[in-house]
Amino acid sequence: MSEITLADLAHEVRSKNAGPFWVTLELFLRDADGYRIAADESFLNERVIAELYRVEESTVQVFRIPSLNVVKISFPRPVSQGSIRDRDMHAGQHHVPLARLPVKRPNG
Amino acid sequence: MGSEPIKAVRVLVPSGMLGAGWDHATIERGIALGADVISIDAGSTDSGPYYLGSATAKTTAKAVARDLRSLLRAASGAGIPVVVGSCGTSGTDSGVDWVAGIAAEVMAQEGLDLKVARIYSEQNAAALKEHLDAGRIHPLPPLGPLRAETLESCAHIVGAMGHEPIVAALRAGAQVVLAGRATDTAVAAAYPLMHGMPAGPTWHAAKIVECGGQCTDNPRAGGVLATIDAGGFTIEPLDPAVSCTPISVAAHLLYENANPFEMREPGGTLDVRDARYTAVDGRTVRVEGSRFHVADQYTIKLEGARITGYETMSFTAIRDPLILAEIDTWADLMRTMIRQRVGQTLGLADDEYAFDLRLYGHNAVLDDLEPEAGPPREVGAMLLVNAPDQPTATAIAKVANPLMLHLPTPSMDYLPSLAFPFSPAEVERGAAYEFTLNHVVDCADPMSLFRIEMGENADV
Repeated sequence: MSEITLADLAHEVRSKNAGPFWVTLELFLRDADGYRIAADESFLNERVIAELYRVEESTVQVFRIPSLNVVKISFPRPVSQGSIRDRDMHAGQHHVPLARLPVKRPNG
Repeated sequence: MGSEPIKAVRVLVPSGMLGAGWDHATIERGIALGADVISIDAGSTDSGPYYLGSATAKTTAKAVARDLRSLLRAASGAGIPVVVGSCGTSGTDSGVDWVAGIAAEVMAQEGLDLKVARIYSEQNAAALKEHLDAGRIHPLPPLGPLRAETLESCAHIVGAMGHEPIVAALRAGAQVVLAGRATDTAVAAAYPLMHGMPAGPTWHAAKIVECGGQCTDNPRAGGVLATIDAGGFTIEPLDPAVSCTPISVAAHLLYENANPFEMREPGGTLDVRDARYTAVDGRTVRVEGSRFHVADQYTIKLEGARITGYETMSFTAIRDPLILAEIDTWADLMRTMIRQRVGQTLGLADDEYAFDLRLYGHNAVLDDLEPEAGPPREVGAMLLVNAPDQPTATAIAKVANPLMLHLPTPSMDYLPSLAFPFSPAEVERGAAYEFTLNHVVDCADPMSLFRIEMGENADV
């Protein structure tokens, strides 16, 4: 059976610059069940994001917004915007590693 | 305008960006709904440091002229002001003059006679050094303390103004305010604040409308109208086929904002933790409970950009399955060979230039964060070179050219020929820039870093 990912629980996963020095990622979960899974601190937390995006754990901020079924994550841009190493000027495609993070089935 | 206190202020925002275009009918609808002011952002740092560093605009003059024509005609007919923020993309002084020149041309063609204010936001390094020496400049994370050399290295520095200079220009009788760098929100907040609307709902509404239709269920359909009053604000799209929902409005505060609950402005912090979003009808949303905490210290955020070098780009494409099967090995060999050949032919050490080899179709976008593996069907190999001057950057790309055409993998015993899409293969990109400042300067007076000039014509 194929793996369930965060993208499967969300109607949108997006990423964007938040000013020139920060990246912000947003998971818009489809419903409260999906939100409960994504907002579970034992599953998705600063350490997981730090590993996924190779950034310092202490710089990662995770915001959980139950009224919107949203989990939002921000961290300083690891690559300076517009530098020769910057391949994503608007950080618009950085959601993908988060989106394809495998999710354990609620009862599995 | 009479002397009776105003109960509500209606802000029309036609789009998230001057020059992005809209259907003029949506502006007419906003005017018919009673718009008191048209506000629009013309800038952003989102597309990188180039526009500030080079003091050029991302938008093209024709598109800006088209949008200004739509705005100035409508505003003039309705007798309401137009506020444009962050003129010329980065808000440099030349960006303000550029938009002022286009506005003057449009007004001449349309027979309009509107009083124009230009607000300049560019800062000079020497003056900022005095603030630095006096301990008035502080870093915002993730940057550290500012050094004087960093200020001096900037091609351009702007300060992001709050609403006060815009209010001052409006009070001076401006019908069109062309502001340099301003916070995205100050552009929409100025007029309601000037008419006594409360800070919490005003700044919150300003954030929600700053991207035009982005806070609706169809972001492509154009602008919105925000009505701010003593108790909160309501927001509706200008296209009757489009809706705002409590979710679409609430979700917009997340957009391009690291913290979804708070947003710092020069004079304080918007706090939306207790904001309540309710549907008034199928397409209008009411927001109440937004708060604004006045800061102990008024601060202006600085933005600066400096040249990091000059770039030349070259691009070839690979379809040969033998190379694609070992694409990472091939790319590593390419990097090694480029360094060797550049050293041999140009005598440059590795630290005298930089290059990035990006494999589009394989891992170019996410680089080492790329989670997928597996052989791609075709790959575009982009070589991007950065050197202290343009001729050196191009020389490095030219030295790399035979490799970009013929480099085999270590296991191939013949020379492949790869697919260049054009010749000459080198494209000179000119100067490359980086943002250097993420600092605020303490200001006793919100106006002190900005200069207002009345009159439609640029000084040039």
